Amino acid sequence: MNAPTVIEKLTPKDFASDQELRWCPGCGDYAIIKSVHKALADLGATKENTVFISGIGCAARFPYYMSTYGFHTIHGRAPAIATGVKLANPDLDVWVVSGDGDAMSIGGNHLLHCIRRNVDLQFLLFNNEIYGLTKGQYSPTSKVGTRSPSTPMGSVENPISATHFALGAGARFVARGIDTQQKVLPGVLERAHAHRGMSFVEIFQNCIVYNDGVFDDFTDRKSADDTQIHVEHGKPLIFGKDRNRGLRLKPGALELEVATIGEDGIGESDIMVHDETNRMLATMLTDMPRPEFPVALGVLYCDPADTYEQGVVSQIDDAKAKTPPAALNDLLRRGYTWTVSA
Amino acid sequence: MATSTAVKLDPVKPARRDLESVVVRFAGDSGDGIQLTGGQFTQATAVAGNDLATFPDFPAEIRAPVGTTFGVSAFQINFGSRGILTSGDRPDVLIALNPAALKVNISELKPGGLIITDVSTFSERNLAKAGFSENPLGDGTLDKFKVIEIDISKLTLEAVKPFGLTNKEGLRCKNLWTLGLIYWVYNRDRQVTIDWLNQKFAKRPELAQANIAALNAGHAYGETVEMDDFAGFTVGAAEIAPGVYRNVSGAEAMSWGLLAGSQLAGLKLFFGSYPITPASTLLHILSTLKQYDVTTFQAEDEIAAICAAIGASYAGQLGMTSSSGPGVALKTEALGLAIGVELPLVLVNSQRAGPSTGMPTKTEQSDLYQAVFGRNADSPLAVVAARSPGDCFDVGIEAVRIAVKYMTPVIVLTDGYIANASEPWLIPSMDDFAPFPAEFRTDPEGFHPFLRDEKTLARAWAVPGTPGLEHRIGGIEKDYDSGNISYDPDNHQKMTDVRAEKIARIADDIPEQTVDQGSASGRLAVVGWGSTYGPISGAVANACADGLDVAHIHLRHLWPMPRNLGDLLSGFEQVLVPEMNTGQLRTVLRSEYLVPAEGLNKVNGKPFTIAEIEDAIRDRLEK
Repeated sequence: MNAPTVIEKLTPKDFASDQELRWCPGCGDYAIIKSVHKALADLGATKENTVFISGIGCAARFPYYMSTYGFHTIHGRAPAIATGVKLANPDLDVWVVSGDGDAMSIGGNHLLHCIRRNVDLQFLLFNNEIYGLTKGQYSPTSKVGTRSPSTPMGSVENPISATHFALGAGARFVARGIDTQQKVLPGVLERAHAHRGMSFVEIFQNCIVYNDGVFDDFTDRKSADDTQIHVEHGKPLIFGKDRNRGLRLKPGALELEVATIGEDGIGESDIMVHDETNRMLATMLTDMPRPEFPVALGVLYCDPADTYEQGVVSQIDDAKAKTPPAALNDLLRRGYTWTVSA
Repeated sequence: MATSTAVKLDPVKPARRDLESVVVRFAGDSGDGIQLTGGQFTQATAVAGNDLATFPDFPAEIRAPVGTTFGVSAFQINFGSRGILTSGDRPDVLIALNPAALKVNISELKPGGLIITDVSTFSERNLAKAGFSENPLGDGTLDKFKVIEIDISKLTLEAVKPFGLTNKEGLRCKNLWTLGLIYWVYNRDRQVTIDWLNQKFAKRPELAQANIAALNAGHAYGETVEMDDFAGFTVGAAEIAPGVYRNVSGAEAMSWGLLAGSQLAGLKLFFGSYPITPASTLLHILSTLKQYDVTTFQAEDEIAAICAAIGASYAGQLGMTSSSGPGVALKTEALGLAIGVELPLVLVNSQRAGPSTGMPTKTEQSDLYQAVFGRNADSPLAVVAARSPGDCFDVGIEAVRIAVKYMTPVIVLTDGYIANASEPWLIPSMDDFAPFPAEFRTDPEGFHPFLRDEKTLARAWAVPGTPGLEHRIGGIEKDYDSGNISYDPDNHQKMTDVRAEKIARIADDIPEQTVDQGSASGRLAVVGWGSTYGPISGAVANACADGLDVAHIHLRHLWPMPRNLGDLLSGFEQVLVPEMNTGQLRTVLRSEYLVPAEGLNKVNGKPFTIAEIEDAIRDRLEK
């Protein structure tokens, strides 16, 4: 008689490897890895089927600290390597961990194509607006004026918006979170995991050594209610300590504005309801300037489509169905042949 | 019943002349269908039992302006009743379908050679485009050749008249008319081409009929028109090993070899590639083999192509990638990763003339240094090279074998010449190849990712999805005993040594170097690799026939090299290394074995001629 196999659900700690974490004390990555451990436990992931792939940078050390399969690769190329992994074995649950330099600068091209192909993986961008591992140079997401070892007079480059880039590349899932929000972030990661296709998650991560406090204006808990808006599909886009502020389309213009409920005859029904399948809305949410607007967090966009590996695998299946593979000997003899007799 | 008393008389024609071998070059505008004409002639010639070798030479421009010299496309075939090793030095026959084709190719035609031209194309305008100030037909320029002037355009249009084609469509049949004439010249059977046309134009039978009519008209022209006592030639069948043959290009044979290797290893083939001339054909061919579980991935760039292949190998398929020199340069960092994490990978480099973009459609073998040494740090890998189109099949299999058995990237060097050229190929039987199944580690007991096989030093291959073997690998140096990250100085020394030793041990697992022709020691060894095989072989054969003491050694394994190579070379007074580069193998042989190797080098985008190498041999042995 077969005894039923009881698969014990893994706990968050089960997903930690035996390697000592070597990020700087106080680094936002500590908080993020905790959220990832929790999300994996919550969604019932298995260690053997989970693969973490990274490029180069502080964030890229992530796989070494996981007890799953992991591949620490080369700068910027993690999306390309992950694409190969997913094509070779679509059943694997693949997570890519990257930083703003790795993803948006040296690896921008691979990220673009990974997104547009809609490879079924979770892409976690740890954005701290700085190069940490190389000791503090400005990054492609750094604000204009960022002083760094390579920009002593301040950066003169316009930063890129990671989420706007993702939406522009055709992402079908875009979300944002904050490193220290350990109550919220696991839920966002679980949504990303549940989404079939490329899930792009930007996590605002504080680099305590080279860019400390760069996101304080909206991550500070004291003012968070007024500086953050946690969006939820089907719910009105309301925020504020008194839950009386909301987003609406500015009359006569294709742009958002912050409106106060109870002022100027504005009621709750005037506030927009979040529709996560609306790409235009997601783009506007991602582009809201601060401090005039709050920073939109949560699942900004989710509208699944066929995945890349599905398409590739089904072509292989179709080819097999149409022309069952002949023995290699027959393939070599296909077409025009002739016989030379002894 | 009436009885016919008429006697059918054959027209009195001079007899055909027997030839041992002949070199024919078809040349015309890139829109004239020259490659196709050459391909058909090749097939008919193979069926006639000749040995043969071909060389297609087409312009880099996709559609160069009509009638210009840089828009000339050519196809050369050397065939004969004896063994044919190269596509031939200088053509005996030039078919020039326009003035530009004549202009570009005339300097290479043998004195006394035959020119067949379409006179209707020798208009003032076309002559000017080709850069002729006077019409070379009739001004004495071509006096040292035999010229047959035919109004091919007019005759073609007459032949296809019944089929209601437009003038433009009709003129497109010109190549078939010409082919028909050449079939008559060499007494070839037209049936192969007729069958092919019927199949190709199955949906437009009027086009098939028109092309067949043009083919037959060209043939009939040769049969009936007296061309100054010219009666055509006979080239007898060659002595060829019995068996089933086909024509194969290097790109085809390589694709099939890589697939065959994957099957022998029991792995699915993953091919990540980015379009680049002349390597793209591999991607095209493999993308038609999906029913064999081949996954092809056209990546966003060269880097992504190799990275996806590495990802596929990590996940348990056999990752492969391909490119030419400039693309291989882009893949270099990822090659280092594959070396560091010790995953199997095959990279095919179809070499072309460089540096930088160089001459994409012209052949060269100047990436040997890049393959063997061209990476940062001490980053050894295995390098093999194919010597002919058919040889690509065996080399493809060998590359896969080494990659899988030693958990290493393997670079396969081929070149534009081998990739595009075709030759008759004795089709092998897969039953003659011993399988070399890949082993995935599944036992968690005592496992770590850099646990090594004692003999090969290959690390254990555990793929994601295997319970209990979860592990992390990466580009950072690994601890020899655990696979974890290590910055320990002694450990790095040990890991560097073991990576080098693993590659060095491949030399124990490859055949000893043999001598292709000549004796195993003597006055001169001619050492080659890659596509110089044909001309070296021909040159050494000629020299040996004249009693010169010369041997031909041809390398397949370029890194590591066969164990006995140093001893073998030390048995010769002189070592000559012909290469289509400025002396790369020569340098490697000198540094590895301290032999006084001398180079015979050229980089003009064209393969060596037999004569060039034969002259170099005679220079050394007859003075």
